[in-house]
Amino acid sequence: MTAHAASPDAMVSVRNLWKVFGPKAAEVPKSPQLQQLSRRELMDQAGCTAAVRDATFDVSRGEVFVIMGLSGSGKSTLIRLLTRLIEPTAGQLLLEGDDLMTRDTKAMRDLRRSKVSMVFQHFGLLPHRRVVDNVSYGLEIRGVDKATRTRRAMEVIELVGLSGYERSFPHQLSGGMQQRVGLARALAGDPDMLLFDEPFSALDPLIRRDMQAEVIRLHKEMGKTMIFVTHDLSEALKLGDRILIMRDGAMVQTGTGDQLVGAPADEYVRNFVQDVPRSHVLTLRWVARPERLGEEVADLTLPADTIIRDAIRCVISAGRPVRVVDGGSGGAGGSGGKVLGVVGEDEILTSIAGLEDE
Amino acid sequence: MSSFRTRLQDDGVRRPSRGSPGRSAHGSSRRARAALPGIGAAVVVLAVGLSGCAGARIGDTNAAAGGGGGAGAASGECGTLKLAMNDWVGYTADAAVLTYVARTAMGCTVQQLPMKEQIAWQGFGTGQVHVIVENWGHDDLKAKYIDQQKTAVSAGPTGNIGTIGWWVPPWLAKAHPDVLQWKNLNKYATQFATSESGGKGQLLDGDPSYVTNDEALVKNLNLNFKVVYAGSETALITSFRAAEQQKKWVIGYFYSPQWFLSEVPMQKVELPPYTPGCDADASKIACDYPRYDLDKIVAAKFAKDGGPAYQLVKNFQWTNDDQNLVAKYITADKMTPDAAAKKWVEANKVRANSWLAGIGGAKPF
Amino acid sequence: MSTAAVASVPTWRRPGRLVASLAVLVVWSLLYLVLRGRDTLPLGETETTPLHQSFNHLSDSIASNRNSSPLFVYFFNYLQIWMTQFVTFVQSLISQPGFGRPAPLIGWLGVLALGGFLAWLLAGWRSAVLAVLGFAFIGWQGLWTEAMDTLALTLAAVLIAVVIGIPIGIWIGLSRKAARVITPILDFMQIMPTFVYLAPLTLLFLIGPASSTIAVLIYSIPPVIRITGHAIRSVPESTTEASDSLGATRWQTLTQVMLPMAKRTIVMGINQTTMAALSMVTIAALISAPGLGQTVLQALTTLDVGTAFNGGLAIVIMAIVLDRTTTAAGEGTERTFEHGLPPRLRWGVAGLGAIVTAVLVWESATFWWANTFPTGHSIGPSIVSGVASASTWIQDTFSGVTNVLKNLISGGLLDPLQTLLTESPFWLVIIALTALAAILGGRWAALSTVVCLLIVVGLNLWQNSMETLAATLIATVLTMVFAIVIGVAMGRSRRVDRIVRPTLDAGQVMPAFVYLVPFLVLFGASRFTAIVSAMVYAVPPAAKVIADGIRGVSESTVEAATSAGASTWQIIHQVQLPMASRALALATNQGLIYVLAMVVVGGMVGAGGLGYQVVNGFVQDRFIGKGLAAGLAIVLLGLMLDRISQAVASRVDPSGAR
Repeated sequence: MTAHAASPDAMVSVRNLWKVFGPKAAEVPKSPQLQQLSRRELMDQAGCTAAVRDATFDVSRGEVFVIMGLSGSGKSTLIRLLTRLIEPTAGQLLLEGDDLMTRDTKAMRDLRRSKVSMVFQHFGLLPHRRVVDNVSYGLEIRGVDKATRTRRAMEVIELVGLSGYERSFPHQLSGGMQQRVGLARALAGDPDMLLFDEPFSALDPLIRRDMQAEVIRLHKEMGKTMIFVTHDLSEALKLGDRILIMRDGAMVQTGTGDQLVGAPADEYVRNFVQDVPRSHVLTLRWVARPERLGEEVADLTLPADTIIRDAIRCVISAGRPVRVVDGGSGGAGGSGGKVLGVVGEDEILTSIAGLEDE
Repeated sequence: MSSFRTRLQDDGVRRPSRGSPGRSAHGSSRRARAALPGIGAAVVVLAVGLSGCAGARIGDTNAAAGGGGGAGAASGECGTLKLAMNDWVGYTADAAVLTYVARTAMGCTVQQLPMKEQIAWQGFGTGQVHVIVENWGHDDLKAKYIDQQKTAVSAGPTGNIGTIGWWVPPWLAKAHPDVLQWKNLNKYATQFATSESGGKGQLLDGDPSYVTNDEALVKNLNLNFKVVYAGSETALITSFRAAEQQKKWVIGYFYSPQWFLSEVPMQKVELPPYTPGCDADASKIACDYPRYDLDKIVAAKFAKDGGPAYQLVKNFQWTNDDQNLVAKYITADKMTPDAAAKKWVEANKVRANSWLAGIGGAKPF
Repeated sequence: MSTAAVASVPTWRRPGRLVASLAVLVVWSLLYLVLRGRDTLPLGETETTPLHQSFNHLSDSIASNRNSSPLFVYFFNYLQIWMTQFVTFVQSLISQPGFGRPAPLIGWLGVLALGGFLAWLLAGWRSAVLAVLGFAFIGWQGLWTEAMDTLALTLAAVLIAVVIGIPIGIWIGLSRKAARVITPILDFMQIMPTFVYLAPLTLLFLIGPASSTIAVLIYSIPPVIRITGHAIRSVPESTTEASDSLGATRWQTLTQVMLPMAKRTIVMGINQTTMAALSMVTIAALISAPGLGQTVLQALTTLDVGTAFNGGLAIVIMAIVLDRTTTAAGEGTERTFEHGLPPRLRWGVAGLGAIVTAVLVWESATFWWANTFPTGHSIGPSIVSGVASASTWIQDTFSGVTNVLKNLISGGLLDPLQTLLTESPFWLVIIALTALAAILGGRWAALSTVVCLLIVVGLNLWQNSMETLAATLIATVLTMVFAIVIGVAMGRSRRVDRIVRPTLDAGQVMPAFVYLVPFLVLFGASRFTAIVSAMVYAVPPAAKVIADGIRGVSESTVEAATSAGASTWQIIHQVQLPMASRALALATNQGLIYVLAMVVVGGMVGAGGLGYQVVNGFVQDRFIGKGLAAGLAIVLLGLMLDRISQAVASRVDPSGAR
């Protein structure tokens, strides 16, 4: 992860972004010495806390990008830096090629009004307003007239499945429904990008699953770029095209779900992902072994991106190892694509049991 | 979308009935019923209000039922008299009589402004106070406002003589007549002791408004007493009244003329006699308080303008008995000050008329 | 502020702390035996020092600058004119002739209608009935005009307080720095006895409405500022952040998110300010403010307990009406969200009410019968004579018992403590009190103690201050005993609460001047009378805080204790009181501050000390400076006791679990 120039093509491009709290905050990113210090040392020597250290990543248009970490890892700070809800200490921040660090307060406000919306862990609804007025609040701020914003709010309420509750007050709704209001509020302004700060962590597991499905559905329907903060790995794997893992303010690893599970960058990530059912995340690519000489191989081939879980039935019923091809569509015969290797019953079973490392 | 709806149910609403459309219709009908009496009341009120037979109108001169200040008999150039109202009854009596005369005989507008003495003295300079009708000494205030700032002047004595000293309740004076001599006080010191006096006799001092030399007196007369500050005239009078009722021992700072003396005739203790100059050094005082010729203080500008109201104030003079009588009307007979003043003036027309002598436009009683 | 000290200490109930405090007291007493009478800094009641005289010159220079200093010509004088006009305007509406008419614009019928309508609109029909009946009763007492004067002055002061106070409150809510600067000023304004600034105010703003209103404002504006600040700070950050994330400006977030969410609490602040204003309007009577205060004070000059009570009762009724209406209005702002009428109907009903009200107001403006309250069948004289005979009966019946009680408390508690404080060398007292503050409250409390006491020494009023401190401490202990008994009873039973609460309200709002006379008869002119008067004023707020604390103890804990077979007494003293320990500490703090507010009244009934010096300074020109110094000393004692008790309170484990 070496530093390189910010990418103007990405939706969001972040380079060497820092957020330091404390009396000498501005000096920390500039001093190579201070940069090296651990959290504890930095506190002792400079009285500062680095909530985000040297973050560098790109998010492409239409991608769902997950920022993951335990509490205190800086993930919630990082997502707020992106719209300068919290002012970054140093670094570069581009949105669609546009340098956000040089914008003034008013320009940032305009950006928040039209381009980027956020959904919060504790919803942040206005208790004194009805659902419809909560949803249209963002439009009201922009100065949209009442008829238009009510019409738009009704559309979005319909979209998140809250029709019939427009006149309710937030405290009359369950947590899941309140977060739907939060979601509707974020969508009402038709932003290009949505930011989610642990939006479902306050919800019951069942409702959380529904809401995750809801986000996936909305993403499919509208194709908006989403940046999603969570401390829940399974949520990250379920939603994220790519996942960024943070620890103590620093980035530990960025990659797709199977990259993290298959090739953890360090012990921290390994511990993190160790309870993940590998067969649910890894693709055949990660378990394929070289074909042994003279081995009998099944007729059909499978694409390398197939999740192991989805290949179990195929491989078991084939009764013998199956060839794995890269990029090909798979199927009988083995047309196209380069053969990466084969997967047999053994490989499948060890991956299900999670034993291959031992 | 339909599957989404079904899922919403376990997402349930906690208080589903509130805010659902059916409910508000019900609510509104209930409110409408509740509003009916209101409508009834409105109709009645409108009927009464607009029928035009609702009594005397405000502003009709011939029907002025409850208007302010009595109808002026004389229409002199009196104008407004701003009278400070200090908060003891003797003062109230003076002020009530003065007010009654100024209003009825001279057609003045009198503003009675209740306030403490010191504030009243301040008021001379700002033109907010014209007259203090009964002033007890207050040499420090006189020095400050009459001599230095020159905002006030004396308008002569009221005729009342003020006496300050130590007093005991009548039962005690009767039971132990020798208590009325200061030399015998030490003999009774333990009888006068209370929870506040730390084993010594208690000398109860009163309203801080009045000058007191009692700490110096106790010290210089070698009395085994401690001065306890009751802090208000109310506290003093209450203590005396209770002492007389319950035959308790009490000795305290008090003064005459005072309405309470007509309820409980307190007896004055004889102190070493006052001689001019014996109170020159405050810390060495060992003599009785001087007699005070109570006087009237007026604003310098008010005196200089010399209007009829000033003339009246200057002429005003009466005796301790007069004042005590009016004070008794107010306290014992529970008359309003105005009624008490009227009663006194009607019984003493000659005296009242003498105050009006030489004032143009005044109509004698 | 004192968080650093708090962190290291789990609970103040540690036996070590108690032992250490006792040790300090023992050592102090021993040293006292050796050193008594030395360095006690005595000063005669009628003596002054150069410092006091220089304060005198300060007040003289104000008077001589009245018409020359630009500060006066361009600021104070305009402020005075503007305030006078405003208050006179409000008075012309309801209490005094004005607008070229011989009667106020709105007469009694109009006030009843308007009061009822507004109460209905803001707080519901219960409040409306209460308002109409309450005001009608005051009229029936024969005190209509006086009550309207009081109401006019109170309303004018509250309006100004709201207009000035809410923005300042918002400011201290948003900025910690502002809060740090302004909070001590508010403390100062609340603790400084009114008597101290009453006379100087009449120098600055002349005698009349302006001075009265400003005196009322100084005392009553702090609650609305404090509570608004608290309300703004309490808006959850998640909500304001959500608003920011949608691109709201600061102004939009403030007006559309923070203020609506803080509204209910701010209304409580206005409520507190109204109550404070009402209690101060009585004292403003001393500088010729019209109204019920005059009734009470004038009755006092002839010891007319009945008339004073009649006036005090009217003040209490007005306070209850205003309190219940604003409280209900505060709660109503939430309620109307839920089940408001459909808009059209709501406007219809409100419109109808407005028409009725307008007609009645017009009647009262037009006809004498609707303007001047009918005096025919006043209940006032019956109240006056009834109370007078009741008070005589109480005095005759109980004065024996009360004397024993007085001597017991004075001799057993007050004298030893007062002797220890006044007869020890001043430096020993400072060291001992600082040590106690350090043990009980930590090092910040100790620091405030030593600073405050040193300044008190500098004010040349050491003896008086120690007398007042002794009486204040004893009064607070007694206050807490009563407050705990009453508060526990209220907290455990809603019914007791409903019965007791109006009595407490009355105790809090009834001007002290009303009950001074009977107390004086019962207890004589003594420190004990002052203590009892202070308790009447201080027990109610303390009891209310404790009742809330007891009610806040979780049901399940009490249930668990009950199921374990605990007796009622065990539940109270082993479960409910320990778990409400934070409320107890808070109540002590409140009790102290309220007791201190009565120090001046204490000076008027024989308690001496700083209170007497303040009264003395108010009435005698020579002692203005000494009175001012005494006022400052009261503030310092207040700050010291407040900081110590707050530090103790914040040390109490909030969960109460042990």
